[in-house]
Order: sequence, then C-alpha cells, then structure tokens
Amino acid sequence: MKILAIDTSNVAMGVALVEDDIIKGEIVTNIKKDHSVRLMPAIQSLLKDCGVSPHELGLIVVARGPGSYTGVRIGTTIAKTLAWALNIPIVGVSSLEALAANGRYFSGVISPFFDARRGQIYTGLYRYDGGQLECIEDDRIVLADEWARKLQERQERVLFIGSDIPLYKETFQQQLGDFAQFAPPSLQLPRPGELALLGKNKEKADVHTFVPNYVRLAEAEAKWLAKQKGENKDGDGNSISLNDLK
Amino acid sequence: MNHDIYVLGIETSCDETAAAVVKNGTEILSNIVASQMESHKRFGGVVPEIASRHHVEQITFVIEEAMNQAGVSFQQLSAIAVTQGPGLVGALLIGVNAAKALAFAYGLPLVAVHHIAGHIYANRLVADMKFPLLSLVVSGGHTELVYMEEHGKFQVIGETRDDAAGEAYDKVARALNLPYPGGPHIDRLAHEGKVTIDLPRAWLEEGSYDFSFSGLKSAVLNTLHNAKQRGEHIDPKDMAASFQASVIDVLVTKTVNAAKEYNVRQVLLAGGVAANRGLRAELERKMAELNGIELVIPPLSLCTDNAAMIAAAGTVLFEQGKRADMALNADPSLELA
Ligand SMILES: [Zn+2]
Repeated sequence: MKILAIDTSNVAMGVALVEDDIIKGEIVTNIKKDHSVRLMPAIQSLLKDCGVSPHELGLIVVARGPGSYTGVRIGTTIAKTLAWALNIPIVGVSSLEALAANGRYFSGVISPFFDARRGQIYTGLYRYDGGQLECIEDDRIVLADEWARKLQERQERVLFIGSDIPLYKETFQQQLGDFAQFAPPSLQLPRPGELALLGKNKEKADVHTFVPNYVRLAEAEAKWLAKQKGENKDGDGNSISLNDLK
Repeated sequence: MNHDIYVLGIETSCDETAAAVVKNGTEILSNIVASQMESHKRFGGVVPEIASRHHVEQITFVIEEAMNQAGVSFQQLSAIAVTQGPGLVGALLIGVNAAKALAFAYGLPLVAVHHIAGHIYANRLVADMKFPLLSLVVSGGHTELVYMEEHGKFQVIGETRDDAAGEAYDKVARALNLPYPGGPHIDRLAHEGKVTIDLPRAWLEEGSYDFSFSGLKSAVLNTLHNAKQRGEHIDPKDMAASFQASVIDVLVTKTVNAAKEYNVRQVLLAGGVAANRGLRAELERKMAELNGIELVIPPLSLCTDNAAMIAAAGTVLFEQGKRADMALNADPSLELA
C-alpha cells in the first residue's frame, strides 16, 4: 500500500511517500515560507518523481498538531480533501509523536517540543518500549519552566527534540542538569517517513469530521467561556485549555 | 454548441463554508452554504480563528453535498473555481487548499476567483449580462461601483475610503443595542420609523464615485451620546430610518449618476446588503426614471456569500483560459482586475 504523509504543523514542511515498509521519497524543508504555497507543489513533485499517480494512494497520514494553527489547518485540509476525493482512509498522528520518533535509540524519556511563544511550549512525554513508541504524558501547552520542574521530579534522563532547542536549552539544563540531553541538528526535524510508518498502524479517522488537534481553544472562545463561568482570574484566555475541559 | 461546462465553486472567505455546481455559468445545479453565524453571534462579530476552525470542520461535507445534489461526477467537471480573496486569510486558506487538493486528485483545471467578481456574477444566474454594465457591490466588507465593458473585465470606478456600508450598519446596530448581525434589524426598524434626524451625506469631491461612511457613523454615535447626556429619548426606529435614508441616498444617487455617465445598458446590485429592502426599493424607484437601463437584483440567497456565484464567475474565467496552479495562495487583499 502506498502512503502519503503530510506535515505542515510547524515551521518545517515534510512530505513522504512510503510503500509497504519502504520509504520511497521524502521532502523536508525548514524555512519560514508559506506552507499554503509550497505543500501542493511538493506533493505533486514527490509523486511525479516516484512515478505514482494520486489514484494509486491507499492512505493519507497527516500531522494533526499541535503547532501553528494555520500550518496545521493547511496540512489537515489538504489531507482530508485528498482522502475524501480519492476515497481512501485518513489517519492523524500527533506532530509531537512524529518528532519523538527521532529518539528511537534513546533509553530514557523523550520530550519533543515546539515553541508556543510567551515562554510556553507544546510538548508531551514519550518513551520507546520494545521498539514501540509510547505516550506517557499527553500533548499539552505548558510553560517551559513548569515542564522542566515536572521532568526534574522524574530523576531520569530526558531527550529534548526540536528545532526550538536553542530557545529553551538553558531553561532545561538549569533545572535538569545532566539529566537533560538534546538532539543534534540532524535529528531536530520531524521525518515525514516516520510519520507515515507511525500512521500505518493507527486507527483510521472519519474523513468528514477529521479536524486538527489545536490543544487549546481559540482565544475568543476561552475568554467567552471564562466570562460565562464568571472567573476570568488573570484575564488571560489561554489559561483554559482543551485539556481542562475533557 | 460545444459540450456543457460544469464548474464546482468553493467559497470560504468569511463565515460561510460554501460549495456549488453551476452549468454553463448560468444554471445552478446545487448551491450549499453552511453558515457559522450562530457560532459567531455570541462574540458580536466574526472571530477569524473560529471561522477558520469551522471551515475545516465543514469543507468536505459541503463539497460532497454540492456534488451529490448536482448529480455530477468529478470526471464530468470542467474546472474547479475558488475564492482567492479578498477576505479573512485563515478562512480563505481552507477553500484554496481544498480546491487545490481536488484539482490535483482529478487533474482538473483550477481557476482563482475574486470574491467581488463572484458577487457580480451572481447576477448571471438570474439574467443575461448586457454590456457595458455597472454593478453596485455592497456588503459587510465592500462598497464598490464596478464598471464592466465585457465579461471578465472589471474596472472599479468608486470604492469606500473608510468603512464599508455593511460595517457602518453593524456599528450603528450595536449602538442601538440590536443583536448581531445588525443590518437586517436596522432595515426592519427603518420601515417602522420616520426620518426625523438630520444626518450627513458624504458626497466627496464633485464627480467622485467613492464612498465614505465613517462620518455618518460618528454622527449617529454622537447624536445618541448627546441625547443620553441630556436625558432625551431618541426612538431607535427613527434613528434607524434616518441612518438608512442617508446611506441609501448616497448609494443610489452615485449609482444612478455613474450609470448615466458611463452610458450603461444594465445596473446590477450585488453583495449581502443587496438584501436590504430599503435599498432595493429606492434603487428600483430611481432606476425606473432612467429609460432603457435594466436593473437586475438577484434573490437574497444569491446576494449573501455563496459558491454558485464563484462558480459562475469561474466559468467565464475558465472559458477565457485563466488558470491557477498548485502554488495558488489565498490573498486577503486581492485587487479586482
Ligand atoms: Zn461577500
């Protein structure tokens, strides 16, 4: 089966074509340019290079967030529209899980992360167990300081992965000391090939109702909800996240 | 006669997720609109991030419904037309990328459509367009007079220098404590009230077809404020009637003057505010005085945002050989050209 994997959830853009267990091709760029302009041409060129027509595809796997709202929506929209048009299934994979896959040979826990501005990061905690990637702490948005303190309590080695390492290296190092390990540049970008392979074994989603995982509510909605509750404590709508509402 | 042209239109520029199939640029086979108005009501206006989220939720449902109702297969389509702009960028992106994915999956030509061109072409779904023509486009985001010499050729001869007419309606409605969206409420109240308050009309320079509504809006707000200070009561109905009279006076007078100067055969009304009964009635009355110029006003469902109008405009562009490629991007401030 031919799988097309798409990731535009953050700055890096990734597209992969995987057939059975062979990665036929990957395109990865890490530049701040419009995903909306570049994603379809990348898919077009990758399939053309591999000599595959869209109608030969059997599955679409997409990184469904967390990440940039706009980026995640572009990937999700193209993925679900393609899946619907081609009448093939769609699978969504956490953008963080796809990034965590780069830590395959690490024996401790893995914290993939993306900057979410104002000292916050999108992250979760993962671990390889018998070659299987497991999520041990759900994806979330959290203050990097707070996350570092939480990890410190574990007293085990943590591998941080992501191209935003330079922004938070000091924070993590200060809190975790030698427990903090950092992925080198060659392992900081999510591999769309990993995304395809992760998605292959996951449950298929309903195409029509498939939506990104934004992790948090739109700011206006969070504020509105807080107002309804009459407890707009700090005036910051971001204090309510989707996690809190579950 | 060549074979029939079927175009799928997609429109997501604001808070409506819409898809439609149009045959030969004139015949609606399906016209599906999923409105998000209920969702935005509680915020008193369209919240861009929330609009974008809803578009992702609705997009394939709406397209599927449009294809099913039309009873047309992708193989039968000649092209896919999509709104490229102007509008909310995050909202536009959903339509543009869905359209690109569909065009790619089926190897179909892709046509990018200007939202205002769509509003104008809504008229072609109810009447033949006779050139040269003039179109008055009035909506929440636009107030424009567009002159057309032939199909697909647009010349903006007048536009708003500040607020769009629809924006002024919304702001005045808020000042009168009317629910969102305020336009229809003002229109309703205006019919019950009397023009008792003298409000300004911005004619601008001699011969200009541009518009300006911010002065009028401020005058309404000031009048309300001053009355409140003095403890006087202003009947909202009379304020609505006076405000609406001022807006309509300017819109209709400039349209009629331009129609005469440009010697057009037809005047088209387009955009969401075309639903306004007061505007329709006054334009009809004034146009009747001009012999030989036909006035076309589409039904309400085609005045507000929809995708049939995008498919209709897209059909003409498709026939003229206009094509977009896979690098097509949303353009929130696209110019009409
Ligand atoms: Zn519109």
